[in-house]
Amino acid sequence: MGPRPKVAVLVFPGSNDERDAAWALGSLGAEPVMVWHGDDELPDVQAVVLPGGFSYGDYLRCGAIARFAPAMAAVRRFADDGGLVLGICNGFQILCEAGLLPGVLRPNASLRFECRDVEVAVERDDLPFTGRCELGQRLTIPVKCGEGAWYGDVDERQVVLRYADGNPTGALDGVAGVCNEAGNVMGLMPHPEHAVDPLLGSGDGALILASLVDAA
Amino acid sequence: MKATVIVRPKEGILDPQGEAVRSALDQLGFPVAEARVGRVIELSFDSREDARAQLERMCEQLLANPLIESYEIELDGA
Repeated sequence: MGPRPKVAVLVFPGSNDERDAAWALGSLGAEPVMVWHGDDELPDVQAVVLPGGFSYGDYLRCGAIARFAPAMAAVRRFADDGGLVLGICNGFQILCEAGLLPGVLRPNASLRFECRDVEVAVERDDLPFTGRCELGQRLTIPVKCGEGAWYGDVDERQVVLRYADGNPTGALDGVAGVCNEAGNVMGLMPHPEHAVDPLLGSGDGALILASLVDAA
Repeated sequence: MKATVIVRPKEGILDPQGEAVRSALDQLGFPVAEARVGRVIELSFDSREDARAQLERMCEQLLANPLIESYEIELDGA
């Protein structure tokens, strides 16, 4: 075992899952480093996680304002250099608004805030985010979002996760997670950091986060 | 100078907010076939020559998401 890889966890005003993300990454062998949205530079890290929450109050559109944060310019440079970037829920929304991932997240078709365990099927097992998963494997991971309906035009190869038992958000083609063309940036609506211990319902989220830690 | 930007959900895009409004109107006894909810953004700024071009860029970069929203710009004092 080498040293614990450092993983930046971005913190925006209104983020609320950054501590769960940091705790989960820490329990899976990484050293989380909190990074404030106003920082111009990222510290020396091997991966970046954008956590869930309601950055800038979700004003205008989810993620629309957060993408202009100084730290996001650093995240863009990091991603352009091939760095691993994972966005969860609001983090996914921010990456879409920033153009680092395709598409956009729209209000759930149900008109409700959906907060429950869902099943997703793994559509790519060859990414740094899914190395511990198998193709077609079903993961139980909770969603908790009001605006999680992914919409966009994307190459099928960029669909990483798809809802496997119903479609909780009304996402186009049941898309639950996508990656960029290069495969080093991924976003997903379900919260893997809330599913890293069977005591809390499921440990399946740890497969995604541990894959990231392995690759970092 | 004043400008008004109207942002609308693009045609054909499901608008759950509009659907909620339609349903509430229905319950109040106002049946309507469809409701679509957008946004109005009012801007005040010092007069500038390239105001319209700047407003276009504002819409493209922040005020609307061109994937799912269309926008209209009304410019006063031009």
